[in-house]
Amino acid sequence: MTFFFQIVIDAVSLGSLYALTALGIGLLFGILRLINFAHGNFITIGAYALIVPSTAVVATPFIGAWAWFLMIPAIIAIVIVVALGTERIAFRPLRGANMSSLLIASFAVSYVLDHVIILIFTGRPKAVNVGAELARHISFLDLRVPAIQLVTIAAAIILLGGLALFLKRTSYGIQMRAAAEDFDTARLLGVRANTVIALAFAISGLLAAVVSLIFITQTGILSFRMSLNLVIVAFISTVIGGIGSLVGAAAGGFLVGVASVVLQTVLPDDYKLTRDAFVFGFVVLVLIFRPDGLIVTRAVRERV
Amino acid sequence: MGSVGPLEKQLRRYWPLLSLAAILFVIVLVVDATGDVLLQRTVADGLIKLIIVVGIYVFMGNSGVLSFGSIVYMMVGAYAAAWMTLLPNLKKFTLPGLPDFLINTQLDPLPALILAGLVAAVVALVVALAIMRTNPIAISIATFAVLAGGYTVYNNWERVTLGTSSIIGLPMYVNMWICFYWALIVMGIAFFYQISRFGLALRASREDPVAAQAFGINIYVQRVIAFTLSGFIVGIAGVLHGHFLGILTVAAFWVPLTFITLAMLVVGGQNSLAGAVVGVVVITAATEVFRQLEKGAEIGSLVLQFPLGIQEIILGVIMLLIMMFRPAGIMGGREIPWPFGRPKPPRAAVTESVEAVEAAKPRAGD
Repeated sequence: MTFFFQIVIDAVSLGSLYALTALGIGLLFGILRLINFAHGNFITIGAYALIVPSTAVVATPFIGAWAWFLMIPAIIAIVIVVALGTERIAFRPLRGANMSSLLIASFAVSYVLDHVIILIFTGRPKAVNVGAELARHISFLDLRVPAIQLVTIAAAIILLGGLALFLKRTSYGIQMRAAAEDFDTARLLGVRANTVIALAFAISGLLAAVVSLIFITQTGILSFRMSLNLVIVAFISTVIGGIGSLVGAAAGGFLVGVASVVLQTVLPDDYKLTRDAFVFGFVVLVLIFRPDGLIVTRAVRERV
Repeated sequence: MGSVGPLEKQLRRYWPLLSLAAILFVIVLVVDATGDVLLQRTVADGLIKLIIVVGIYVFMGNSGVLSFGSIVYMMVGAYAAAWMTLLPNLKKFTLPGLPDFLINTQLDPLPALILAGLVAAVVALVVALAIMRTNPIAISIATFAVLAGGYTVYNNWERVTLGTSSIIGLPMYVNMWICFYWALIVMGIAFFYQISRFGLALRASREDPVAAQAFGINIYVQRVIAFTLSGFIVGIAGVLHGHFLGILTVAAFWVPLTFITLAMLVVGGQNSLAGAVVGVVVITAATEVFRQLEKGAEIGSLVLQFPLGIQEIILGVIMLLIMMFRPAGIMGGREIPWPFGRPKPPRAAVTESVEAVEAAKPRAGD
């Protein structure tokens, strides 16, 4: 039984991390049809902002040395500024371009940001120790759970809840949902494109910053490719969740996280290393049987 | 005199292919004449990328469906060829997971290349049969999921791929000219496919799926055909890649290569063969120029040198600028136009009317 709960907590915490990442990507995908590969760079930049910019082999903490109530807002602010900057410089001139141009543009942005990181910090991985107190285990009945897992789950609940309230209750939230459903009609009804898109990038940046803090606490290693796998999973999750549906993106991320942990547990040892292949196989199956994703919004259905 | 002869008609018809072949031929010839071995290797590598990009174009350009997953068929082709061409004694010890018939055979380069291309095509066919029924966005993501899945499998299938280490000892028969010949063949395949009824049917479905279906086009079947052909071409690129380097590593077939090849296609213009080729030429040339500048170039008495790593940043910015100012790519979906005047109006008629005008003019002195 203890073992079972341990697995459940693992699954929920990984699912939460994926859900937060997927939501950041899904938000932009819904409104702009932009598959934002640069989302991974937002996460990476959030983590690198913790240390002093230098090419030295050993990382010296900078913002990472501050007290948490200063550190967290600082990282969030930095990532939001970067996200808004990419929107203003790269994506705004491309508004209305087709999906593959947008995708390549986001690839290009990601490529540039990658190499800016390499230029400043070198491509070598660096160790960084942030939130060490979260690495210890909390004993609860028979369970021993790393505190960071509980923090991850809590962060996901707070952010998803907050975002849900924002989207349901505030005027901007309703405008964003309208834009995700049908951008052209929303604009005709007076939704301001620039505001909604900037807001979407800002929220996406906020989510990326939180993910980057959680992720770096878990792994402790900085590298310019650190978020690649996370983003790949999240990007697939958005689609299996349902295009244009924010609940779907979060649910898709959560589902993929849970599936990964469950497979990790049930697969025989010989196959454990190829777990991801099974996860992706599962994704392909979902896409074959539910091509519009698990949650179908009206915007997706073809009008024939 | 004046009417369009049958030769010119044929020339016009195949001009998009012939012009591209001529451009590549000139590049290869000039580079060959320089005798610069490093430059020749760069061009050979560029030609292999060209084959990949043309392969991706066959599906993505004609169907209009984004494909992220093509590199997985390159990997399949590369490893299949390695299994067929390595020395049996080497395979017995390093790749014990291979079936006996593969361990004991050693094929010549050409049959191995074609067989490996077919293996990649069959894998692509199976994938296509499964995923092509869904909508375009789901297909794109599914191709990517297949790439990610295949990459994981090859990375962990130690007994036949050596996992994260490299397979060495592949016969290195590939040089710039061989890459060039295969680039020509592949461009020919892509060109004849796109003017065939299958290619036209798929292009029709790209422009308007509903109308295409109304004309009786089965989009599913057409997409499957294109994807299979695309898998074959990309598989061949994989074979050449392996035998060019003499060494195979799974890590080479991942997101960075996917990115750079897709970027080449989209920057050139994904809707035409010329776009695919021009994209590769432009990005390869730009990369090479920046690499030279990084080493330091002398212009007169001035030494121009870029700081390390700036090269990629500039390349990324250039790609971004092209996407902003030419969202349909450099070629904008067009093939290279016939340079010697428009087709028709019949020459005779034109000459006649000119003569008539001349005749109607009042002559000086009359």
